[in-house]
Amino acid sequence: MAEAVAISVKVNGRLQQGLVEPRLTLADFLREKALCTGVHLGCEHGVCGTCTILLDGQAVRSCLMFAVQANQAEVTTVEGLALNEDTLHPVQQAFSDCHGLQCGFCTPGFVISVAAFLEANPDPTDEEIRHGISGNLCRCTGYQGIVAATRQAAATMGGKSR
Amino acid sequence: MKPAAFEYHAPESVSDAVGLLAQYGDDAKPLAGGQSLVPMLSMRLTRFEHIVDLNQVQEMFGVSSTSSGNGANSANGINGAARIKADEVRIGAMTRQASVETNPTVAQKVPLLHLASPYIGHFQIRNRGTIGGSVAHADPASEYPAVMLALGGIAEVASPLGTRDIPAADFFQSTFTTALAGDDLLVALRFQPWAGPCSFAFAEIARRSGDFALAGAAVALGANEAGKINRAAVGMLGVGSTAVRASSVEAALSGLAVDEVDAAEVGRLAAQDMDPVGDVHASAEYRRSAGSTLVGRVLADALVQLTEELKDG
Ligand SMILES: Cc1cc2nc3c(=O)[nH]c(=O)nc-3n(C[C@H](O)[C@H](O)[C@H](O)COP(=O)(O)OP(=O)(O)OC[C@H]3O[C@@H](n4cnc5c(N)ncnc54)[C@H](O)[C@@H]3O)c2cc1C
Ligand code: FES
Ligand code: FES
Repeated sequence: MAEAVAISVKVNGRLQQGLVEPRLTLADFLREKALCTGVHLGCEHGVCGTCTILLDGQAVRSCLMFAVQANQAEVTTVEGLALNEDTLHPVQQAFSDCHGLQCGFCTPGFVISVAAFLEANPDPTDEEIRHGISGNLCRCTGYQGIVAATRQAAATMGGKSR
Repeated sequence: MKPAAFEYHAPESVSDAVGLLAQYGDDAKPLAGGQSLVPMLSMRLTRFEHIVDLNQVQEMFGVSSTSSGNGANSANGINGAARIKADEVRIGAMTRQASVETNPTVAQKVPLLHLASPYIGHFQIRNRGTIGGSVAHADPASEYPAVMLALGGIAEVASPLGTRDIPAADFFQSTFTTALAGDDLLVALRFQPWAGPCSFAFAEIARRSGDFALAGAAVALGANEAGKINRAAVGMLGVGSTAVRASSVEAALSGLAVDEVDAAEVGRLAAQDMDPVGDVHASAEYRRSAGSTLVGRVLADALVQLTEELKDG
């Protein structure tokens, strides 16, 4: 039973093909086959948010999907967010500037989530920011730096800062 | 790899999905958004030899509606809307919670679904989770079952024997248990929009934004031109083994003038309708008290809106 299935996923612009067991989660595929180890795994049941990726532009938990389900889809991980290797995405820059991270374990999920959040809400209030980041857990920062980083990123990405 | 091994099926039509469920019986399980099923598989709380992924079944996605009278179909993205009756909104079971949240037809015609959606988990969960999955999973603390029960929504179910309708009142049987049999596929949900002066409100209490609610309430109110309440629907979540209807509150409101209701007092009646269970998150007593307080609050909110609407009338 459970034959391996051939899939082809565009990961950060590069075609990634492979034979996968259906039970392989997308998170494990991204980490182990596509070597995108920026996809972190904390809880593996949808709560912590550190495995968040963009699937066809939408922020989703990669631990709650199977790799077979991403066949023919486009995935962006934290590695593929910036324009190129030498620059940072405005959200990454803001996390660096505003002490939005300490140990960094939660950071890839936050960066992806905040990028997606600002796409939909370019000019958020602080309250909207706090609600927007509620799907990601951080055990280090106390969130103040992350809120500040989100505010800065909103400003640099073109929304008005408040 | 965390889940037990399974064989993966990705049918592209309702009939193929139903066929697979019939063929493999209890060994098969439909996979919708996976936001509840995948954690259960990963923690090995459950295992299935066959997973029937519904994400390729295009006819199960999207919202369509008919307006009264002409029955014209203003479908936006759904096929197979054959069962839709005049003046109904039909939401495909695979419609993502995020789409329900932002769909203009839903916002206009079934406002309670629109109001309840942002309370479901976080936006990353709603991007994947589906309305059909929420309803089929039947967590008593879930938002959509309470709204569906309050509004008397209809579950459209396909099986090898054909398609049938199950009204919400018969659908939710117990915690995580519905009227769906193992080879039943929930295809869509249907709702009748309210006409005339009416208002809607939703609220819940949770420890953290995005957590499952400790208690929550949904209310819909309608009045006649004279300002007397002629329709009241109140659903509650987190206060029983299923979503619960606050029938005592509904009965007490009937016939009252909109401006003579003491919302907090009527809300307290809701305590009679619930049978909360205590757990690590909150005691039964807390849930009962929070639940009736919330019913009072959403009622007050809906009454203010209804008064405004009657004034503008
Ligand atoms: C961190 C987190 C927070 C959450 N918070 C909330 C919350 O606050 N409120 C809330 O309501 N939910 C919450 N959820 C659960 C989420 O809403 C789920 O999406 C939902 O309960 C199930 O929908 P799904 O589409 O993901 O279904 P799945 O997980 O794929 O399936 C759930 C169950 O329903 C069955 N099923 C699904 N579709 C059908 C169908 N069409 N016909 C027959 N059976 C079907 C499946 O076989 C399975 O048994 C949360 C989840 C997470 C991970
Ligand atoms: S690892 Fe996916 S949400 Fe925690
Ligand atoms: S920086 Fe350590 S968990 Fe967030």
